[in-house]
Amino acid sequence: MKPGTRLKSAACDTEVMVIRCGDGTIECGGAPMAEAKPAEAAGLSETHANGTLMGKRYVDADSKFELLCVKPGKGSLSVNGVALVTKDAKPLPASD
Amino acid sequence: MNIALLLEMAAEAAPDRVGLVCDGKRWTYRDLLAAARGAFELIEQSGAEYVALLDESSEAAVIALFGAALAGVPYCPLNYRLADTDLAALLDRIAPALIVGDEERVIRLSGDKGHTIYSREEFSLKAQETVPDADDREYDPGEGIAVQLFTSGTTAAPKAAILRHSNLLGYILGTVEFAAAEATDAALVSVPPYHIAGISALMSSIYASRRIVMLPAFAPETWIKLIETEGVSNAFVVPTMLSRIIETLDRDGKTDLGSLRSIAYGGGKMPLEIIHRALDLFPETSFTNAYGLTETSSTVALLGPDEHREAHSSSDPKVKARLASVGKPLPTIEMEIRDDEGKVLPAGEAGEIYVRGDQVSGEYKERSALTADGWFPTRDAGYLDEDGYLFLSGRADDVIIRGGENMSPGEIEDVLLTVPAIADVAAVGIPSVEWGEAVGVAIVTREGCDAPCKDELKQLIRGRLRSSRVPEKIIFVSELPYNEMGKLLRREVKKILAD
Repeated sequence: MKPGTRLKSAACDTEVMVIRCGDGTIECGGAPMAEAKPAEAAGLSETHANGTLMGKRYVDADSKFELLCVKPGKGSLSVNGVALVTKDAKPLPASD
Repeated sequence: MNIALLLEMAAEAAPDRVGLVCDGKRWTYRDLLAAARGAFELIEQSGAEYVALLDESSEAAVIALFGAALAGVPYCPLNYRLADTDLAALLDRIAPALIVGDEERVIRLSGDKGHTIYSREEFSLKAQETVPDADDREYDPGEGIAVQLFTSGTTAAPKAAILRHSNLLGYILGTVEFAAAEATDAALVSVPPYHIAGISALMSSIYASRRIVMLPAFAPETWIKLIETEGVSNAFVVPTMLSRIIETLDRDGKTDLGSLRSIAYGGGKMPLEIIHRALDLFPETSFTNAYGLTETSSTVALLGPDEHREAHSSSDPKVKARLASVGKPLPTIEMEIRDDEGKVLPAGEAGEIYVRGDQVSGEYKERSALTADGWFPTRDAGYLDEDGYLFLSGRADDVIIRGGENMSPGEIEDVLLTVPAIADVAAVGIPSVEWGEAVGVAIVTREGCDAPCKDELKQLIRGRLRSSRVPEKIIFVSELPYNEMGKLLRREVKKILAD
């Protein structure tokens, strides 16, 4: 998948922009994400329902995947079932 | 990914929040996004290959930047201070372009090159009025060039530096937290729109949801007034602006910057005397020194507020000296100092500064300056101290080579600046039959002081540095030539010394 691809959740309102991508299935709310919303919404998995936050970046342990949340929702993000975590922004003073 | 995402996200999260104030008019993020989409239509219709701005800062800079991004056409703000012949050459290089700003000049200098020309008012109005034909417009995916900037050319003819969407997004996403600004925060933008700091300020403020207050033409009085009337919290200045602001506050007997919490500065060398003075005058204000280049999408190293205070009040000479540094490289940037052969130098040794990172383009229209493994040789000279602080010593091209020995003008200038009667000084290489190049020095004497004795100055350099650094020629001038960003024009100094 190309960086810049916009993926939508099948289970909630979440939308992400792919910044970096390896091999694997990107999921939200426990269901695979795709460029188009499915005709019928997938159920939100209880174990993947911590929600996404607008503007946060999500990464896997190996930093192979990086997703930017551009629309928040109730589901949480995972790759092949393994939850992604937010990438801690390094707080920098505004320099411009 | 397209940089327009930054504005789209701000508009998605807070459509009704005011994102920009210019000439008393207020624009919400929804307004700005709608106008950028309108500008996209205008650009598509025109068939332009570039979108240029030949104007002072205004809302048109934001609309043109993001409109061009949506259309997949490079945005190319031009320096309106250029002389006619120089500007005409640049206008020809970007033809056919959609140009916003000084219609009369474009027609006169490049009228037959197929440009589409709008005045600022006309462009802003048309962009607002033009509604995209279909709801599902296909915008550019952002895999190409977002911004093209002609470098200021202090040492040679302007080069066309290009910044890709990926470089600029790498910088913003890596350094700015989305929507992190307080609802009352506002950033005063007073750098010209054709400077990289003027462009990155727009993007980082919008992504942080920090209201932009535009000051189209800098004057210290208006700058101070806008802080009061708009409740400005952040501002970026170049060194000359800061010294003029301090002068004006002094004159009016004021010591308060009101709502202003933080000042960032960069773009040229900040005289130590001024930053010490500013730290004394505004004890509550946060100061940040930012170092960056056009080719690196702005900041690559910074000295933060706490480090400023620590250096200012420290009695440890090593800590105190950091006020003259540009701080440490950003966490997202790799930095190395290398010698002429490309060998990496240890801490404390001066050489050329190399940087690598997503935000680093290092690319010109004609060629890429990156090494095979992605490092950008900045042509800036400097060293990292053992704690990782970066000290600049001028452009690598400014190095004076006397009889095979390399010397940086900065070391000579720093010694001379310790003489109280010297207000400003520039050291450059001058032609020498014996040595190939020798040191020439132009000095501005401080007001109310007598010009210092040339022999004593030579003696001082000999004692503090070594005899090869002793200037062959010393002249006294009323002022040194700087460009409007506070950059010393060394080639002009060379001309003065050659006469």
